[in-house]
Amino acid sequence: MSAEPEQIDGGRRHFLLVATTVTGLAGAAATAVPFLASWKPSARAQALGAPVEQDISKLEPGAVLKVNWRGQAIYIVRRTPEMLATLATPEIVNRLRDPNSEESEQPEYTKNDTRALKPEYLVLVGVCTHLGCAPLDRFQPQDAELGADWPGGFYCPCHGSKFDLAGRVFKDVPAPTNLRVPPYRFMNDTLVQIGVDAEVA
Amino acid sequence: MSATMESQPARRGRMAALAEWADSRLGYSRFLKAHASEYYAPKNFNFWYYFGSLALLVLVIQIITGIFLTMNYKPSAEDAFASVEYIMRDVEWGWLIRYMHSTGASAFFVVVYLHMFRGLMYGSYKNPRELVWIFGMLIYLALMAEAFFGYLLPWGNMSYWGAQVIVSLFGAIPGIGESLVEWIRGDYYISDITLNRFFALHVVALPLALVFLVIAHILALHEVGSNNPDGIEIKKVKGPDGHPVDGIPFHPYYTVKDLVGTVVFLALFTSVIFFAPEMGGYFLEHANFEPANALQTPEHIAPVWYFTPFYAILRAVPNKLLGVVLMGLAVVAFVFLPWLDRAKVKSIRYRGWISKAFLIAFAISFIALGYLGLQPATTAYTNAARVFAVIYFAFFFLMPWYSAIDKTKPVPDRVTYHAH
Amino acid sequence: MHIKNTALAIVSIVAFGLPAIGAAASAGGHLQPANTDVANTASLQRGARNFMNYCSGCHSARYVRYSRLAADLGLTEAQVIENLMFSGDRIHDTIQTSLRPEDAARWFGTTPPDLTLIARSRGTDYVYTFLKSFYLDPKRPTGVNNLVLPGTSMPHVLWELQGYQAAVYDGQSDAANETVHKQFKGFELVQPGLLSADEYDRFVRDTVTFLDYIGEPMQLKRVSLGFQVLGFLFVFFLLAFLLKKEYWKDVK
Repeated sequence: MSAEPEQIDGGRRHFLLVATTVTGLAGAAATAVPFLASWKPSARAQALGAPVEQDISKLEPGAVLKVNWRGQAIYIVRRTPEMLATLATPEIVNRLRDPNSEESEQPEYTKNDTRALKPEYLVLVGVCTHLGCAPLDRFQPQDAELGADWPGGFYCPCHGSKFDLAGRVFKDVPAPTNLRVPPYRFMNDTLVQIGVDAEVA
Repeated sequence: MSATMESQPARRGRMAALAEWADSRLGYSRFLKAHASEYYAPKNFNFWYYFGSLALLVLVIQIITGIFLTMNYKPSAEDAFASVEYIMRDVEWGWLIRYMHSTGASAFFVVVYLHMFRGLMYGSYKNPRELVWIFGMLIYLALMAEAFFGYLLPWGNMSYWGAQVIVSLFGAIPGIGESLVEWIRGDYYISDITLNRFFALHVVALPLALVFLVIAHILALHEVGSNNPDGIEIKKVKGPDGHPVDGIPFHPYYTVKDLVGTVVFLALFTSVIFFAPEMGGYFLEHANFEPANALQTPEHIAPVWYFTPFYAILRAVPNKLLGVVLMGLAVVAFVFLPWLDRAKVKSIRYRGWISKAFLIAFAISFIALGYLGLQPATTAYTNAARVFAVIYFAFFFLMPWYSAIDKTKPVPDRVTYHAH
Repeated sequence: MHIKNTALAIVSIVAFGLPAIGAAASAGGHLQPANTDVANTASLQRGARNFMNYCSGCHSARYVRYSRLAADLGLTEAQVIENLMFSGDRIHDTIQTSLRPEDAARWFGTTPPDLTLIARSRGTDYVYTFLKSFYLDPKRPTGVNNLVLPGTSMPHVLWELQGYQAAVYDGQSDAANETVHKQFKGFELVQPGLLSADEYDRFVRDTVTFLDYIGEPMQLKRVSLGFQVLGFLFVFFLLAFLLKKEYWKDVK
């Protein structure tokens, strides 16, 4: 091997170094994918989080029913005509922070006056949008605790947030937005399925 | 355009200043120099010198995959088996992480055995590397314990009976044996309690010990410098710059070389993972796909392949206590090599035929014992195991004699190296 | 140089030869090859139907989800619900059996094992041969015995399909009839079933293919992924090798 003619080829060395480094980093990144992906909800979590069905034929007008879906309480309220009548009255609407649910989270098909697919049935996620407590149902107006002007609705015991009978948040309480509405649909008149979006016509 | 041209040096200046700030408080550049860019390693490393860095790579793989397995594994007799199947099926990519870990366990031993054999061939345990060797042996012992505890965790039937047999070995100790076995299990049989403590040892205690021992192993090595296939101390011949003439900086020369070895290793490693994760029942044993059953021993019970040389010695001895003692001795004998070897030279290259013959005979008997340990204990196999066990021990205990009388060749001053 | 070659040979034996040497160590010698192919989707689908019709009454496959079957067997969820699910389960559920353990203990004296991993723990050849090796034996409470697993408490569930066969032995005229004196020669069909011998073999093969698949559902995916990984490593190897060559030009 003659020593002299073989000079260090700086360009070639640099190119190979960069190419190898980039390839190695790409390989490391690809290897990281399975590890990160393993944190996604597993097949079991998905099975447990699958849509739940609830028979609502026994639900009395003015009563609430609580269903567990993905570890959250889902409230199903069968609203009476009197309850529904309050929703559009100006003395309530004017006291709401987001009466038209512009800032709030709900499927498109429930972004309406009653925040429901069928006005009679209200379906809500029972998690206060403030800090995650479970709001209580205080459907009777003029509650002893909540004052004479209480129109009926939901009251969060943790920090005093108040919501009306469509889950809309009142002004001057800590919760920023209306109670969320989960995806749901009616499989027939008495069976509601939570976790699946209704097909909107 | 001109704006970026101007800001470039300014930004680099700030980065450099930050690096300097950190370095003056941490001293990492001195550390990197001492262990990489100014650690002078002999330039004549051959094929056998890949296995040290590969062992480190496998350790990292095992730790990372182990952490991710722990996220979904449940260390209880009730749930352990199901949670492994949960990882294999329900967790996204869980099967890959699990196969990496199970293949990694076997790969660890493949690499470590080759690494140890390299030490035997080139006399890497001899003065001044006794402590490097002893730390290495402690790593090997910790690794065996780690593998043993880990093997119980899937809670398959082979896990269960393997643990049963190995824990029972301690029962051979006179007087305290039975109560010691009970103490290890924490119960009157291998139970949920045993599984729980083995889990703690496997995921916390032994990995910590392994990492500390590996650091000690490398620090001790870098203190005295690496041996090489010629067994020559390169520090004896230094150039005008004060560095060994036959030494080259570990970085970049051996980092790029080990990278090639790493890629080849990964090709073999991933081939097992993707094409033969059970490796014909040797990396994942078939009987371990049945849940632990305290009432039914698997038809053919054998430890995982990396323990079988010692298992064969255990079975070859017709006395329980003596069998356990000899098996333990077979493992521990390596520790004494620095003082058993009385040869004037290190490397097999300059030793006489007696040492070569003993080393080859030892390697063959180690493999033969490994094979026999997997087979049923028939009379013929047991007799063969006895013969190989005698050769195995002769390698160690006749060494003070044959290494002293063996004719050695003169060792050159400079290492053998042909530039490619 | 000589020692180097010997050593290399030793390495290759340690690393690769060892597993090959004793690969035949598992299970008995006289098993018939199952010749299953989990890539054969049609066979898998037939096997799934066989399993649900004939096995799942007593055996669970408790780690297998119906939804996974739909995805892997090329079926829609509706098809799986229609054709494979009988016990009012939901699509995300695992395959459980309606047989209660206490009933099983009363009827069979034991609980039928879960079959998720049977093909992995025993091998496909074992299951294939087992399902073909029931023979009439009046001494057993079920009326049948099995050559692969003597004394099994499992009845011949598939008798309608296979019919009943008798075991034929060589050289056993002595009244004692002890197994050790007998040399098994073959089976003889005593009462024909609905399927011919070939059709029955295919039926069993399909079923075992399905069991093979549920033992390791990711086995199809991992092989194809393996080739991609090796392809990447090949490119990486070339670059790393050239880089090493380049740097080692310095070393004289």
